[in-house]
Amino acid sequence: MRESVVIFRGKGIKRVHVRMGRTERIIETSTMITLSERRSGMKAASSGSLPKQIVKNKYMYLLLLPTVLYYLFFQYFPMYGVILAFKQFRIREGILNSPWIGWANFEQLVKQNDFWQAFENTVIISLGRIVIEFPVAIALALLINEVAKKRLKRFYQTVYTFPHFISWVIISGIMLNFLGESGVLNQLLAFLGFEKTNFLTDPSLFRPMIFLSNMWKEVGWSAIIYLAAIAGINPELYEAAYVDGANRWQQLKAITWPSIRGTAAILLILAVGNAMNGGFEQIFNLYNPGVYATGDIIDTYVYRTAFKDGASFGVTTAVGLFKAIINFALLYSANYMVKRMGGEGLV
Amino acid sequence: MENVQSAARRKRKTGVADLVIHAILLLLSFCTLFPFYNVLLMSFSNTVEISKQMVYVIPTTFDLTAYRYIFAEQRFLNAFYVSLFVTVVGTAVNMFVTITGAYVLSKNNVPGRKYVMSAILFTMFFNGGLIPFYLMMKDFHLIDNLLVMVLPVAVNTFYLILGISFFRTLPAALEESAKIDGANDIQVLYKVILPISKPILATVALFYAVDRWNEWWYGTLFMTDIKFYPLQALLREVITNYDQLLRNINFSIVLSNSAGMHPEMLKMAVLVVSAVPILCLYPFLQKYFSKGVMIGSIKG
Repeated sequence: MRESVVIFRGKGIKRVHVRMGRTERIIETSTMITLSERRSGMKAASSGSLPKQIVKNKYMYLLLLPTVLYYLFFQYFPMYGVILAFKQFRIREGILNSPWIGWANFEQLVKQNDFWQAFENTVIISLGRIVIEFPVAIALALLINEVAKKRLKRFYQTVYTFPHFISWVIISGIMLNFLGESGVLNQLLAFLGFEKTNFLTDPSLFRPMIFLSNMWKEVGWSAIIYLAAIAGINPELYEAAYVDGANRWQQLKAITWPSIRGTAAILLILAVGNAMNGGFEQIFNLYNPGVYATGDIIDTYVYRTAFKDGASFGVTTAVGLFKAIINFALLYSANYMVKRMGGEGLV
Repeated sequence: MENVQSAARRKRKTGVADLVIHAILLLLSFCTLFPFYNVLLMSFSNTVEISKQMVYVIPTTFDLTAYRYIFAEQRFLNAFYVSLFVTVVGTAVNMFVTITGAYVLSKNNVPGRKYVMSAILFTMFFNGGLIPFYLMMKDFHLIDNLLVMVLPVAVNTFYLILGISFFRTLPAALEESAKIDGANDIQVLYKVILPISKPILATVALFYAVDRWNEWWYGTLFMTDIKFYPLQALLREVITNYDQLLRNINFSIVLSNSAGMHPEMLKMAVLVVSAVPILCLYPFLQKYFSKGVMIGSIKG
């Protein structure tokens, strides 16, 4: 089977990572289009004007219709709803007819200490993920890659990837069983004569627990992405290095690392572009009022204030917009930095 | 090619470094699997055993009380059917929309394709946030409606891109010959393309099925009545809100034919029931992504 895909680049796919079999290359989409246009060039030319082409493709548009409707109704309509950030929401009048109030929602927002607390937590947790979790995935991939036996390699991959497919609801249940007050770890600690700690309600332990549990769940899956990039390396490089007397560490530094650096850069850009998200599903399922001080992130703050404390929908929409804009700005800056440093960017 | 590499590796003797690597990887495997193992054993235990110990290395009991209870309790059965509905109908809708869309978007000669593609990619980096989304779904009458776990997640852009890149690798000659025979685009997709695309269809369907089965968030967010909760949303309630949830359940049925039930047993059994379908699909999933197929779904 042919294996391809993708790390796409922003506005219209501009550049695509394509893997076919063992080789990986990066193709400018513009070249891809020109190539295929050249291939079907004669036909395209003979098929005539735009209206004619549209009629010719009428079944294509019919096939595309469900997809277009989906993005219109479930992505773009809600996106249009962000105007609520500048309105005073009145439930009877709906989004459209509620009165405009300018920046009042934002003014109210910046006065709220809880919001700034959530903002700070989000930044710290996201940074922590990038600093701690990101390198661990690379390290794991490199470790697995050092295993010579193919079957063992497969075994490790299978084991480490499994938790990725289990939802955070289930994982949080397992974690409570393991780390809760009378959980496995505490029983073990008690048995060894230590004091019991409740790992999930102690605010000073909450962030480390978040990092650890996310690594436990996702690091195997992240490692797979790097392993796929490593699989694309020409084995002759290793053979040559071996003949030249390079040891394993030198091979890793000179061959393996440079080949996954591009993948790492793109994953890094995506991670930075997600910095304002902080991992809602995980934190929502693990946190409790005892750890709001260190664990409350913007997304959990929005949900809680809007649906539990009855905060104004206008203000909470403003939070969402604020978050989305920062994310977007971060994505672009990270992309810019990576390109400045001579790497492959995303957009 | 692979053989050259492994040959080069085989020449090396198994050194200290290899032992260290294996020691680390084995320890990590144990850390990954043990929590699951412990949960499984606890779900088969009974009250007496649980109050004695929480850590299991060797199974000591095989008690089905908790499972018997789950499959007799109407709320769990309801949630199970909701999850089943969402998984079956949801995956079908996912496949229909994703495959038709990906096929068209893989063609360069469809006017307007580029604009649609840009609009789709933009949604990956920008969205309106939770509140506008919630209000829109309310306007669409999707509150307390099972379709809220199907329609708003009808396409996952990562899987769409995966489909597009696959269709791009197919030779154009296939379609051209079918078209000469007079087939239209829909017939080409249905009769020519789909039969040769089974691996990608299987991959995407499996990933969608796992996502749909794991649905809990829209259940929690959009359902005001617990009878519409999918299994994992109910599980969340059981974990976070055990006492409140089970206060008005008739326990006498359970209590009369068993020695009673420890809350932990029930939680663990619901965990197992929610995770087993994934476990069953996993060997098939694993077969595909281990080939490196899923690079595209980075954070999917």
